[in-house]
Amino acid sequence: MTQPSLFAAWRAMVMRDLTLAMRRRADVLTTVFFFIIVVSLFPLGVSPEMAVLREIAPGVIWVAALLASMLSLGRLFADDFQDGTLEQMLLLPQPLSVLVLGKVLAHWLVSGVPLVLLSPLLGMQLGLDVDAILLLMLTLLLGTPVLSLIGSVGAALTLGVRGGGVLVSLLVLPLYIPVLIFGTGAVDAAISGMDYDGHLSLLGAFLMLAALSTPLATAAALRISAE
Amino acid sequence: MLEVRDLECVRGDHRLFTDLNFQLQGGELLRLRGSNGSGKTSLLRTLCGLLEPAEGNVFWNGENIRAQRDEFNAELLYLGHHNGIKSELTGFENLSISNTLRGETPSEDQIYNALGQIGLAGREDLPTQVLSQGQKRRVALARLLLSDAALWVLDEPFTALDVGAVALLASLIEGHLQKGHMVVYTTHQEVEMRAGACREVDLDLLMQDRAEQK
Repeated sequence: MTQPSLFAAWRAMVMRDLTLAMRRRADVLTTVFFFIIVVSLFPLGVSPEMAVLREIAPGVIWVAALLASMLSLGRLFADDFQDGTLEQMLLLPQPLSVLVLGKVLAHWLVSGVPLVLLSPLLGMQLGLDVDAILLLMLTLLLGTPVLSLIGSVGAALTLGVRGGGVLVSLLVLPLYIPVLIFGTGAVDAAISGMDYDGHLSLLGAFLMLAALSTPLATAAALRISAE
Repeated sequence: MLEVRDLECVRGDHRLFTDLNFQLQGGELLRLRGSNGSGKTSLLRTLCGLLEPAEGNVFWNGENIRAQRDEFNAELLYLGHHNGIKSELTGFENLSISNTLRGETPSEDQIYNALGQIGLAGREDLPTQVLSQGQKRRVALARLLLSDAALWVLDEPFTALDVGAVALLASLIEGHLQKGHMVVYTTHQEVEMRAGACREVDLDLLMQDRAEQK
């Protein structure tokens, strides 16, 4: 296969998934509402005290984003598996991992980017100042694609398994934890006036590593699950 | 040329078939027979490389298909039990996307023509979820019209089709064979096909033979 057709196929895959997401908006909104609701409940449940909220804000927003991202993993391959389009995808004359990367990108655009865009609003609600909010956005921008990439491996492995949702959480959560720690760590460090460059570099390194390795793992897992 | 050597397929604890050997040359039609659960679908999926055989190998032009997946996939068109179309997308979008993914670029006219020819004129721009079962099958079959793949693997292609569509599909298969390509299919329907070389593999008989040999 020539390179232009591989890129065309990759783009077709991304556009297809974005179109599908636009036609099933309810699915996308579920993730976003979940994120908003979880974060909004904290002032009610913990304390409306600004000092307390400011303290827990980075952690709360990051945990909510992580759970919302995990909630949306089920849709990544399950529909394609059921209607046979996944089977067709495995039989394409293109490298499967490249197409998987396209699918994960579309999934992140639909379920990760809205979280990044909403985070300033929720950050303000929890009393973060402007600098902390911008940094929070940056960590989410670096971190949520890692969540989608790692999640894709779990989603592919549990494809067609009964109770796959719980299994995905068990598989994927341990791998999410470093992202969570450095994501919240950066914002916490900034709030307490410390240097946070190291945290961001590590998040960037996670992203590079995940983007290079997880599509291969996901492609292999899909071939096994589809048997 | 498609060649199968000493193929064995095991699903769970059950051995579906063993020591299956056959060759298929250009222009030949192969029909798989067998009762329900005899392994027809498993064999077709093995031929495509979706299923790993327990024993033996599948060769395409003399080389193992697992060693040349992209090259083999470019020559293969598989139609399984599932139609492989997205219900939220229209027939036109489904065809256009699946062709782009395969690295082929038919023009819009060609796609509309294919859908018209398969009997979906006027319904090209409806989401396929509002189409009937038979019409969805037709959308999937329209891929055959746009493909120049050398090997078609069709799993129960006649299911849910009306008499007219069955005849149309039969003529498509005949045309494909006349171009010197190959078709492997299974069906429980008796459909008359005017093909130069029509071969059959009966999985039930094969297992009986193997049992007697022991």
